[in-house]
Amino acid sequence: MIGVTHYVALSFVLFAIGVTGVLIRRNLLTVLMSIELILNAANLNLIAFSRHLGDLNGQLFAVFVITLAAGEAAIGLAIIISMYRLKGSVNLDDAAELRG
Amino acid sequence: MTAVFFWLFAAVVVLGAVGVVAMRQPVHSALFLLLSFLGVAALFVMARAEFVGAVQVLVYAGGIMVLFLFTIMLVNVRRTAGEPFLHTQAGAGLVAGFVFLAIIGGTVVASYRVRALSDLGEPASPARLASTSITRTVTEVVDGKKVSTTVTEDVTGNSQAVAWGLYRDYLLPFEVASVFLLVAMIGAVVLGKRTMERVD
Repeated sequence: MIGVTHYVALSFVLFAIGVTGVLIRRNLLTVLMSIELILNAANLNLIAFSRHLGDLNGQLFAVFVITLAAGEAAIGLAIIISMYRLKGSVNLDDAAELRG
Repeated sequence: MTAVFFWLFAAVVVLGAVGVVAMRQPVHSALFLLLSFLGVAALFVMARAEFVGAVQVLVYAGGIMVLFLFTIMLVNVRRTAGEPFLHTQAGAGLVAGFVFLAIIGGTVVASYRVRALSDLGEPASPARLASTSITRTVTEVVDGKKVSTTVTEDVTGNSQAVAWGLYRDYLLPFEVASVFLLVAMIGAVVLGKRTMERVD
């Protein structure tokens, strides 16, 4: 029987993969994709508990999270294009102006 | 049968996520991300969230994925293909990721052991996610006088229930979200304009 625990376990595996991607990748595009994975993990949790508790509010929050993710992706990709124009690359190591 | 499909889609989701992190080329990462999104959408449908599953396919697998592919096309990734694709502190990052996995996994296992999660008991009836009851006031003119009666009726279907929740219970957040999308659109246009000089 698939219960809420299975969904929560899958969600945290997805979250941890996303966090690892944010930490280890150099390419700004892949880092943004990993952030999308993290948001998906949060959505999976919301939907799982919504299913378990029979409460629709989780699904409504998931819709709002998807909205936020769409806006975040648009802004993030615009920043990536802007950084590419500025630097000629999309590597995180090249954006080190604030390094002391 | 449900368990078989759950594990199948869970495997698809995890495979896609690992592919996103492990692939060298951003295009391959984007395609694995699409696989992961579709797996998550299938899990949403399995968890009786049909509307959110459809929105996931439309917004994530449709819109955001096209944005990513256009951006990958605009920034020249082939020039950076030979360079190391991992961060300079990749080892520390990997260790931090595993430590994070262990911490949250331990939390989930511990809360399962002390019956915090299992105390939730059996899942609620799935019919509660596919119906909602609405109350409205009907005003009629009877014999020259206004008579108001309150009518309660049930609407069925997951999309209908979500729509009533969005437009009735969460109307203000819904409008704030639309303003947010407008602000994000304007911000993306301004950031994407060719006004910044290239500096090195």
